Amino acid sequence: MASANLYFERQTRWRPLETAFWLAALLPFAVTPAYLSLASQVAITALFALSLDLLVGYAGLVSLGHAAFFGTGAYTVGLLAKHYWAEPLSGLLIAAVVAGIAGYALSSIIVRFKHLALIMLTLGVGLLLHEAANSASALTGGADGLQGFRVDSVLGFKFDMFGKTAYAYSLAVLFVSFLIARRIIHSPFGLALRGIRENAMRMPAIGAASQAHLRKVYTLSAAMAGVAGALLTQTTSTVSLEVLSFGRSADVLVILILGGAGRLYGGILGAIIYMVARDQFSGINPQYWYFWIGLLLVAVVMFLPNGILGGLNALYKKSK
Amino acid sequence: MLKKLAVVATAAAALVAAASVHAQQPVKIGIILPYTGQFADGGTQLDNAIKLYVKQHGDSVAGRKLEFIRKDTGGIAPDVAKRLAQELVVRDGVDILAGFLLTPNAMAAGDVSAEAKKFMVVMNAATSIITTKSPYMARASVTTPQLNESLGTWAATKGGVKKVYTMVSDFGPGHDAEQAFQAGFKAAGGEVIGAVRYPVANPDFAAFVQRAKDLNPEAIYVWVPGGAQPAALGKALSERGIDARKIKVMGQLELADESARKAMGDAALGIITAAHYDPDHQSARNRDFVKAYVAEYKRTPNFFSMGGYDGMHLIYEALKKTGGKTDGEALIAAAKGMAWESPRGPISIDPETRDIIQTVYIQRVEKVGGELQNVEIDKVLNVKDPVKLRMKK
Amino acid sequence: MQSLVGVLFDGFAYGMLLFLLSVGLSVTLGMMNFVNLAHCSFAMVGGYAAVTLVNSYGWPFLATLPLAFVAAALVSVVLERLLYRRLYRASELDQCLFTIGIVFISVAAASWFFGTVQQPVSVPDYLRGSVEFMGVRFAVYRMFLIAVALAVTAILVFSLEYTHFGAKVRAAVDNQRMARGLGIDVDRAFMITFALGGGLAGLGGALAIEIVGLDPAFAFTYLVYVLIVVAVGGLGSIGGSFAAATVLGISDMAGKYYFPWLGAFLIYLVMVALLMWRPAGMFGKR
Repeated sequence: MASANLYFERQTRWRPLETAFWLAALLPFAVTPAYLSLASQVAITALFALSLDLLVGYAGLVSLGHAAFFGTGAYTVGLLAKHYWAEPLSGLLIAAVVAGIAGYALSSIIVRFKHLALIMLTLGVGLLLHEAANSASALTGGADGLQGFRVDSVLGFKFDMFGKTAYAYSLAVLFVSFLIARRIIHSPFGLALRGIRENAMRMPAIGAASQAHLRKVYTLSAAMAGVAGALLTQTTSTVSLEVLSFGRSADVLVILILGGAGRLYGGILGAIIYMVARDQFSGINPQYWYFWIGLLLVAVVMFLPNGILGGLNALYKKSK
Repeated sequence: MLKKLAVVATAAAALVAAASVHAQQPVKIGIILPYTGQFADGGTQLDNAIKLYVKQHGDSVAGRKLEFIRKDTGGIAPDVAKRLAQELVVRDGVDILAGFLLTPNAMAAGDVSAEAKKFMVVMNAATSIITTKSPYMARASVTTPQLNESLGTWAATKGGVKKVYTMVSDFGPGHDAEQAFQAGFKAAGGEVIGAVRYPVANPDFAAFVQRAKDLNPEAIYVWVPGGAQPAALGKALSERGIDARKIKVMGQLELADESARKAMGDAALGIITAAHYDPDHQSARNRDFVKAYVAEYKRTPNFFSMGGYDGMHLIYEALKKTGGKTDGEALIAAAKGMAWESPRGPISIDPETRDIIQTVYIQRVEKVGGELQNVEIDKVLNVKDPVKLRMKK
Repeated sequence: MQSLVGVLFDGFAYGMLLFLLSVGLSVTLGMMNFVNLAHCSFAMVGGYAAVTLVNSYGWPFLATLPLAFVAAALVSVVLERLLYRRLYRASELDQCLFTIGIVFISVAAASWFFGTVQQPVSVPDYLRGSVEFMGVRFAVYRMFLIAVALAVTAILVFSLEYTHFGAKVRAAVDNQRMARGLGIDVDRAFMITFALGGGLAGLGGALAIEIVGLDPAFAFTYLVYVLIVVAVGGLGSIGGSFAAATVLGISDMAGKYYFPWLGAFLIYLVMVALLMWRPAGMFGKR
């Protein structure tokens, strides 16, 4: 038992590189204040990617429909604000609960499947929810988006066009969620997940109930995605159908793979690189930037297999 | 005495220097459009017209040079559009926001225009309420109700249609169009015998057209988004045996635009559309515009281009009127009430709603000199946006 | 009754289009387990090849179809030899990322070379319009589409079941290691199959223009439908793709006719239901 605790203790110790990373996350306030809106959207996407990593990287469940939970959180906050409950922090919690419930409900179906069927089922659910939201346009505002709401200030700070509040808020929420995710992964539960990912058949044999674990992580992942979606609505005071779209689900999966799944920081790194690259490329060439992004993805896979973190890890091991 | 003179001279010199520095500073215009993704073609046409206007009228107005910064939204992405608008204002220091093909993006950016008090010109997005988002916003394109309500009213009166079956795409703009058309049609005494909505993405119209045919209607009203769908719908109509010359097929201008007519062939004959601009509009101004556009871009302009062209005209004239001053108050005040002869016809900016007032043409596809063209059979002058008109009352 | 026949016919034709677009992906995914999300880019290559030949060189539409096939097949072989081979050992996630990168590049390239405009293609007059038979209208182009798809299916099935090469391909799909052990040149078999799959996608892309149009976003738009057909049909199965495409096409069309408010839902509901019933696909081997 003692050695197990020691193991977890060693895993959860903060490495200096990590501390440096989070301190560096504060730099945009001072160094690039004109980029704070972008920074807050990167933080939100990073949180979304982190939530997907719990599924893909740790539990081994690939999902092509994670935007369903992102969008659920986003619309929850929007609808609350429209009906006169515009306080952000409580809105965030409510969104997490609603998305978590949705995740739990869906997990009963989803976790029974594997491989391509799993991927396509998650895709199907995402598409169905998107269509449903489109049909319920009286409720959701349809393709034009939900109109007539504005989210209140958080702790007295307004969400203005300079983005300071937006970034500070998103970064704080990202950090807290990250701590939670870190805790979970470096725990017996997290180890069980990784065991399930590696060999789902053996796990029940050593007493780790497979399906229950998967349902738990699915719920958690959904709740976290819902928080990310809620953040987006709160920081921009806009929400429209595209928060539920296949494009969003596909984007976040690409970002996670780019950064490296199953390495905790992969989603965050992927979000930073992908969104900054996209912003810069489309600034240089609004019409053909897809080409450069495509090239980036191709290059990363060729030279850094298993994502950027995976590739760096391999290089680091080789150099030892 | 000399000291006083020196002070005055220095002050005068400083003033002149300041004025000339001010005059040297370019007017920055941020253009937000979908340059990639499924709406890219509209973005391309709009941007082309912007570039054409600048080429024709020079890149300086009221002594100041114009600088353009272009940003891609990639499609419907209000969070991105809002961020881009914010960055244009905060990072790039733009004076004017322009472009806006899609409604959700225009709505989101409207918040920024209102907060930062920047003049904003919507060059395509067609939902009525957009202009209510910011008091510094003007629109140079069209609103969906302007076209569709006018068509509905015309159909029930001069069009001689008593009963109609409506078919629209199942999303925001489709619902708006359906509502507008039915409102105009019913108010003028017509009856809607049935309505159906088809999915936005990749619909195969055959089933829906068959449903329409089963009811054997006197007229069918259709709304589809531009791109591939008008042609697909037209083909479905002809494949199911609906002859647009016998059953009146009516819709918004995209239904009978150039690419749709080309793809449908003779099956397009007889289709009636309501348009605020058609490249075949017979006026000297339009002929010159189309000629210049085709020479520059090897393509015929369409209503996207018209929005861009007139939007730029609005910006130029507003700047001329304010003498180069770029604060939102001055520019919007200059824009209100501005009236001019555009290649599409006479247009003006409503001082109350800051939205566009223009002529709606009712046109029918006919063969002119062996080619399929939209021929104007009627027109409604000085159409204001009916939804905002009703909102006022 | 007449409308039912009409709906079945239209749905079947739409299904055949999906089949042509998807069968290549089903076979290559089943055979080599290589996730090629750029499959619809091959369709786009075929589509643009056909459009260029018709509009710029005045070729008759029918003549462009074999060339659309060849062009797409060539592109897929080049891509396979130069790039894809290095990724056979890579993880599925990496393969996804790589091929998505290829899709992005292809979309940008299409915008660059052809612009963002919808590409019209004028099919010859004898393929337009419809004929009436027993009170039901049958669109001529759709009949043509069905004929082409059935011919392709016949050729595919024949070559798989009755030729030497087909036997090698089937062996490689069933058990790659064993096949290699028996001296079958699996790499070559795969290259040819890949080319065939890409070529068929190209053919599908060219045929699709008349029904759904062509623009640079095509590579993305149809990816979802192709994946649905492949998953529902079962990897590596031609019969599976055929059945899945037929079921999906007909239920999509029937749904829209009888339950229009369900609209787009139906195709996804059918997919979810079928996958829950048969996770490995209707005719899947794994």
